[in-house]
Amino acid sequence: MTQNSNDIRDMFFQECEDLLETLSEGLRQLDQQSEDVDTLHAVFRAVHSIKGGAGAFGIDSLVSFAHRFETLLDEVRTGRLACDTDVMRLFHRAGDHLSDLVAAARAGHHPQGASDDYAMGLQADLEALIAATGDDEGTEDAETEAAVGFEPVALDLSPAVPGGRGTTRYRIRFAPDAGLYSSGNDPALLFRSLGRLGTLSTTADIDAVPALEGLDWQESLIRWTLTLETEADESTVREVFDFAEGNCTLEIEREEAAKEAEAPEAAVPSLDSVLDHRAARSEEGAPEADDGEGGAAVRLDGIGGATGAEAASAGGPKASATAGSASATIRVNLDRVDRLVNLVGELVIKEAMLSQSISDAGLPAESDVSSGHEGLKQLVGELQEGIMAIRAQPVKSLFQRMFRIVRETADTTGKQVRLVTRGAHAEVDKTVIERLADPLTHMIRNAIDHGLESPEARDAAGKPAEGTLILSAYHRSGRVMIDISDDGKGIDRARVRAVAERKGLVAPDSDLSSAEIDNLLFAPGFSSKEEVSNLSGRGIGLDVVKNEIQALGGRVSITSQEGEGTTFSMSLPLTLAVLEGMVTEVAGQTMVIPITAVQETLQPGTACLHAVGRAGRFVESRGEFIPIIDLGLAFGYRPALADLDDHVLLIVETEAYKRRALIVDHIHEQRQVVIKSLEENYGRVAGVAAATIMGDGRIALIIDPEEVAGTGAGRRSPDAEISLTAAE
Amino acid sequence: MTLTVLAVDDSRTMRNLLGAALSEAGFDVHLAEDGADGLQRLSEVTPDVVITDINMPRLDGFGFIESVRRDYSNPALPILVLTTESSHELKERARSSGATGWIVKPFHEDKLIAAIERVTAA
Repeated sequence: MTQNSNDIRDMFFQECEDLLETLSEGLRQLDQQSEDVDTLHAVFRAVHSIKGGAGAFGIDSLVSFAHRFETLLDEVRTGRLACDTDVMRLFHRAGDHLSDLVAAARAGHHPQGASDDYAMGLQADLEALIAATGDDEGTEDAETEAAVGFEPVALDLSPAVPGGRGTTRYRIRFAPDAGLYSSGNDPALLFRSLGRLGTLSTTADIDAVPALEGLDWQESLIRWTLTLETEADESTVREVFDFAEGNCTLEIEREEAAKEAEAPEAAVPSLDSVLDHRAARSEEGAPEADDGEGGAAVRLDGIGGATGAEAASAGGPKASATAGSASATIRVNLDRVDRLVNLVGELVIKEAMLSQSISDAGLPAESDVSSGHEGLKQLVGELQEGIMAIRAQPVKSLFQRMFRIVRETADTTGKQVRLVTRGAHAEVDKTVIERLADPLTHMIRNAIDHGLESPEARDAAGKPAEGTLILSAYHRSGRVMIDISDDGKGIDRARVRAVAERKGLVAPDSDLSSAEIDNLLFAPGFSSKEEVSNLSGRGIGLDVVKNEIQALGGRVSITSQEGEGTTFSMSLPLTLAVLEGMVTEVAGQTMVIPITAVQETLQPGTACLHAVGRAGRFVESRGEFIPIIDLGLAFGYRPALADLDDHVLLIVETEAYKRRALIVDHIHEQRQVVIKSLEENYGRVAGVAAATIMGDGRIALIIDPEEVAGTGAGRRSPDAEISLTAAE
Repeated sequence: MTLTVLAVDDSRTMRNLLGAALSEAGFDVHLAEDGADGLQRLSEVTPDVVITDINMPRLDGFGFIESVRRDYSNPALPILVLTTESSHELKERARSSGATGWIVKPFHEDKLIAAIERVTAA
């Protein structure tokens, strides 16, 4: 394949994404309104276009499946098949499978996920339904298409040697109807094609042509008798006329080549003269076409109504303008966008540096420099927002994928589930969306498998047999929230607790709040199902989900009401490029704590500080003893502090270790910082999420509170280890 | 003489393919997204041949051909139907709409060109 055709292939798969989205959205609309003809047509066209494109690239698996799917859709479209729930189910499954096939073709391998058995079963279901409609056209079409070959003849353009070995003489009687001309066909062109097959002689029978005054120009009056001597077989000769079929009377007879004596009696016009005739005819018939070559626009009277007239009056430039406005979106290579994102990040840093310099220089706020800088700052902020918006995408595509997960999980578990999505237009960074797919899938499976009850149990509990799963997205204080709520039985806390105790995750006598018990679901190694179901289990627990969300700078929490349902809430950053952070100083170093982790700040008075065991210190806050971690100690900047006067405690909330109090020396400010990967530029450091460049040009570390709270950051100075076990 | 081709197809992929194949073969190619867009383009360019898909939103291939045959200034404009469907019924309908011929998808470039040559004086 050439580069060009590879590009087109890529574009095909991009288009497939859109088409599959149209398909799944259309099918869901049909779930609501199976009679919606427009939607049905749109769904049909989507499958049809995938088939067409796949055919062009020779992706046979895709073509044959899409063909069956399309055939069945056509049965519904033409009213031969009623679109009941069973049929809709099959359509959904077929849509899912089609999407698998596209993905497989794109990756260049066999479809994964769906086993061959599954694919065969689905194929058989489609076939059965097609056959049941009593219209065998569909399936037969698929099989016979290749054999019958409606494709136009591959013309052998090198003329056969006349009179050569194995030539046959054909006598062709050809009487075109008026329809032949009105469909844009032209006998002269047919004769030219015939002439390329061998030696052709033509005889025109003009007996039916009346005197000029009696002539109806729309009638077809000339009949032809042709003699063709060629090596080609009869079907090839017939194929020349396939466009004319139905618009003419055609007789083709084989003559023995020897019977040469039977020459046409009438004068035989040469092919050239026929072509001349044709030229004359087209001049009379379509004079405007010739004008067109001279540069004048051809009028298209009556077609396109106002738009046609508008374009004609406005002339050329207008035409290009309308063509340009056809699409409101452009596709841009992601690398280009990311380069801009980086540059804007640099710009934000430079702006901060300038701001620092201005303040260091002691310039008054009303000075020209200061007010100029203020304007610059605002523009930089807007530019940053604008660039981030380019990377932002609606969560719609992600949400749509979940319909399939719900269907599959419902099928496997035998539960009835309805998925409702809300706020699908909320936008998040592309990378966040991409990396959210797995955790979200897992949480949805979990909600159906563990959260929702069986139809019987729901019935017994006085709930509708069909469970409802609500997937919603909304913005809240600069972050995107994604909630997954089910109306199932809620978390069985006694059982969760029992499991956690058995697995040694909590002490048997520990006093746990409902929320703490709920959060045990996220604890590493927790799985409340005795045997890991192959569905939501898959060898990973919700702890992995939580880690994935956190890696995105997000947080996940859980709330549950017994008998009423469970809600998983994810809070995600809008972008991965900047972070709202609390800028602090620790042992002369600048450190940034993600603001999302900080719950509150405390000035520790001795009254609320407690020492426990050898090295453990705790701060008492709202009746809870919170372990204290000195960041300076944890990163090896200083030995253990004797007292905490003049220091500040940041209470951070972490998922795995609950609350921790981080000791810092000062809090400078709260601001947005540009995230610079430390891993890419230096290496991974435990307890450090990333780095950033401050206004004064210094590099500051962005702390990962989760890791600091764990054992990660303690490694560098073993004696700095703070015993946390007492709190567990 | 460079032939001008108007290709009408709602599939971006097909438009890309047609555009690439026809341009490479030396045609002056114009593209339209559906029948209605095709009619609009016909008021702007003067093609020697039109290639059109059948299943399209807004105005399908049949409707497009019928409109052209009814209203377009050149009654002999060759119109080839580009389709994956090859049933007799479809051919019949295309013909009664006024189509000149058809090309079955997937097409090979040479077959596409050959079909165009069959219906034009090129």
